[in-house]
Amino acid sequence: MENKIQHSDVYAIAHHHRFQWEEAQQSYVILFPEGMVKLHGGAGEVIKRLDAKATVADVVADLKATFPDAEGIEADIIGMFELAFEKGWIRKV
Amino acid sequence: MTQNSLGDSAVQMAVHAQNNGVAANATQTQPLWLLAEITYRCPLHCAFCYNPTDYDKHTHNELNTEQWIQVLRDARKLGAIQLGISGGEPLLRDDIEEIVIEAKRLGYYSNLITSGVGLTEKRIQAFKDGGLDHIQLSMHDITEEINNFITNTKTFELKKKVAAMIKNHGYPMVLNVVIHRYNIGHMKEILEMAEALGADYIELANTQYYGWSLVNRNQLMPLKEQIDEAERITNEFRQKVGNKMKIFFVVPDYFNNRPKKCMNGWGEVFMIVTANGDVLPCHSARVLPNMVFPNVRDSGLEYSWKDSPAFNKYRGDSWMKGPCVTCPEKANDLAGCRCQAFLLTGDAESADPVCSLSPNHHLIEKAIEDSKNPVLASQPIIFRTDKNSKKYASGESTERIEAFHALP
Repeated sequence: MENKIQHSDVYAIAHHHRFQWEEAQQSYVILFPEGMVKLHGGAGEVIKRLDAKATVADVVADLKATFPDAEGIEADIIGMFELAFEKGWIRKV
Repeated sequence: MTQNSLGDSAVQMAVHAQNNGVAANATQTQPLWLLAEITYRCPLHCAFCYNPTDYDKHTHNELNTEQWIQVLRDARKLGAIQLGISGGEPLLRDDIEEIVIEAKRLGYYSNLITSGVGLTEKRIQAFKDGGLDHIQLSMHDITEEINNFITNTKTFELKKKVAAMIKNHGYPMVLNVVIHRYNIGHMKEILEMAEALGADYIELANTQYYGWSLVNRNQLMPLKEQIDEAERITNEFRQKVGNKMKIFFVVPDYFNNRPKKCMNGWGEVFMIVTANGDVLPCHSARVLPNMVFPNVRDSGLEYSWKDSPAFNKYRGDSWMKGPCVTCPEKANDLAGCRCQAFLLTGDAESADPVCSLSPNHHLIEKAIEDSKNPVLASQPIIFRTDKNSKKYASGESTERIEAFHALP
């Protein structure tokens, strides 16, 4: 399947999209022409780590290290990659 | 946790901007979207413009640059993120460059909503340098004839040049096409044009009837069959282009059985500041009776949004009456559009007459019938011109507005 997320893939925020922390909302948002999404904390933590250099495996490892108490988060992280890619918020580098 | 459940929980809220009527599920009230209708002056004369027919009153007392910058700062503190700089034609003001720089500094995602008239290489470079995020260009048709007719100007060639300029400067190509009787038959060609221009987003905005488009309703309204066909073509095209181009098809409420959740709810996510500083929850709110809208010259935006009687009047559903108040669907649409209810029925608290459950739904059925009446439909279009606006504002003309309960 074309959209399948591989551990070696590298992603970045999509062109013409902006990801930022919003103080007034206390949340991360993705802004793009004609719309915006407000993300829950975990989703924001994934997107925050996309710098066009880190692989999916790097992101997973970093999140596991940052949140050692969260169990079985890998599937959630991959799920977030899939959702974000499908929605066009992130692009494959 | 399944992917789907993560998908649901990953996004707290998604909001999409559309002219009137918005699909979203907001859970809090912050003015996420600030629309700055920075001037009502416009070189185009579009027959479907939603601006008030008496806009001419507000062209001589525009807010100055400092006042706009204060508006941006105050709205940002209230949580505004998306900024639309609109009009009229915003490029008629020479301070858009300064406003864009301030918007960037404050962290807005900013959008210039323009006809393209007045966009030069020098100005677009200044916008790019200043941090403007995107430009939404209005297009009207694939034919020069219809473009020039419906805008009452010779702007077809210019729009094509401007589209290229936007693309060359690395901006996303965001097109807005208002759909009406004269271009609805060209849907496939319009979409192909958008694809050829490299459009990333296109909004196909079926005309909604406010302002000048209400005056010209009999001239602009397409047939139900044409809308169904346009939607079919749009869906087919969407399948073909996939993710490459996002296509929003704004369903016209006259042909729906249920009203739109107008502005995603009154005072829920949208705040509009008009050229003269009025603060409104929607584009047309000034048609409503017995309402005093705050003005930024007199009071701050925090008061306007949180405390002003006008913004609180139609929040939630406690103001509703029958049949809406007991309707199991009231949360879906919040009884529709207050402006449409008042303009057409004379009662701002009544159900939006587009709802088939409204006791006034016959008004919509009659409007649809009237638009098919060759005698009515052949009346000339009243274009959005300063001269026509002056006539409406002064009361000199009541042409084609007698049936409405306020000046559209």
